[in-house]
Amino acid sequence: MINLIEVFIESVLSRNIALIFILGMCPLIAISTNVKNARGMGLAVIFVVFLTAIINYPIYLLLEATGTERLSILVFIITIATTVQFLEIFIEKVSPRMYNNFGLFLPLITVNCVVLAVSQFFVNRSYNFAETATFSLGAGIGWALAIILIAAIREKMEHHSSVPRGLAGRGIVFIVMGILSLAFIGFTGLSFF
Amino acid sequence: MRKFWLKIQYTKWFNITKDGLFKENPIVVAVLGICSALAVTNRVENAIAMGLAVTFVVTASSLVVSMVRKVIPARVRMITYMVIISAFVIMVQMFLEAYFPVIAAALGAYLGLIVTNCIVMGRAEAFAVKNPMKYTFFDGIANSLGYTWILIAVAIVREALAFGTILNFRVMPETWVNWTVMALAPGGFFVLGLIIWGVREWAQNFEVAAE
Repeated sequence: MINLIEVFIESVLSRNIALIFILGMCPLIAISTNVKNARGMGLAVIFVVFLTAIINYPIYLLLEATGTERLSILVFIITIATTVQFLEIFIEKVSPRMYNNFGLFLPLITVNCVVLAVSQFFVNRSYNFAETATFSLGAGIGWALAIILIAAIREKMEHHSSVPRGLAGRGIVFIVMGILSLAFIGFTGLSFF
Repeated sequence: MRKFWLKIQYTKWFNITKDGLFKENPIVVAVLGICSALAVTNRVENAIAMGLAVTFVVTASSLVVSMVRKVIPARVRMITYMVIISAFVIMVQMFLEAYFPVIAAALGAYLGLIVTNCIVMGRAEAFAVKNPMKYTFFDGIANSLGYTWILIAVAIVREALAFGTILNFRVMPETWVNWTVMALAPGGFFVLGLIIWGVREWAQNFEVAAE
């Protein structure tokens, strides 16, 4: 149990998937222009990352048993695309309100590298099922935290600061992310027990 | 000679190549494919390997997409691209693991993540699906070389500051104190941000209208 808590804290803070592993940058830069959209995208990512990781885990065991783990990327990406498509239809039918909140971002998620990366990381780090579930939840939350933080900073920056024109728009996001990333490195070595 | 040069400047393939390398550089202008551009650029050799891997995947997959573009139904095109792209990525992964195990280990999971590199998908969707194979070939090469040269530029700055070396040759004086943060994620963010600033200022290509 203590191990699981450690995996969780680590994946949200000190090994944040967006700011330390630098993954999922394209949507992070494209959608962080306002907090509302960032929140929708963040929620969608948490949901999809968790779901695909727990689906991909048994599939990987199956691939391993048949000796075809080379194909894991191909299989993972098909699982992810199918899950996302299915989820989109399901949410649209069940709850239109929820669909308006984050369903619109679902099609974009197939090409978000966070989803595939989480599936690859549990293979590389040889996590068991409980650790995979915790890690994927933490990674999703960490990514959502990063995009919401950046969106909030960008919203403020738009009105209260003058950015050099060469950096305006997407350029300044890199500097913001660099500073945030320094802050998240500060969490390294954090321990509760 | 001058006449020949002028003639070349108006051919379609020359313009496609120029756009990919500078005017519409995927990293600086479109800001795509950033994940690997930052994550693997702490050493120049990793940047070169990643650049070549992406070049191969983009060119080969765009060619195949362009070849089958008339038989893919529009509704399932995304997943078709994904299958084509991941087939090539698995090829690259197996090749590097067999011949360059050290580099394959250094690139780690980021090698497999070429599948979700937005440049590959972006080229397939924006260019290959609408154009014949010969132009697609130039477009693929130009865009991925545009990506590669930015990667190498970032890596040269980061490796020199973080380890005092470039391609393992010592370039900084012996008294140089290694700037460790440059090898970590923040260094990548800062260096790429400054390079984007520099290139945009040089090319006078801004996102906001000048006041």
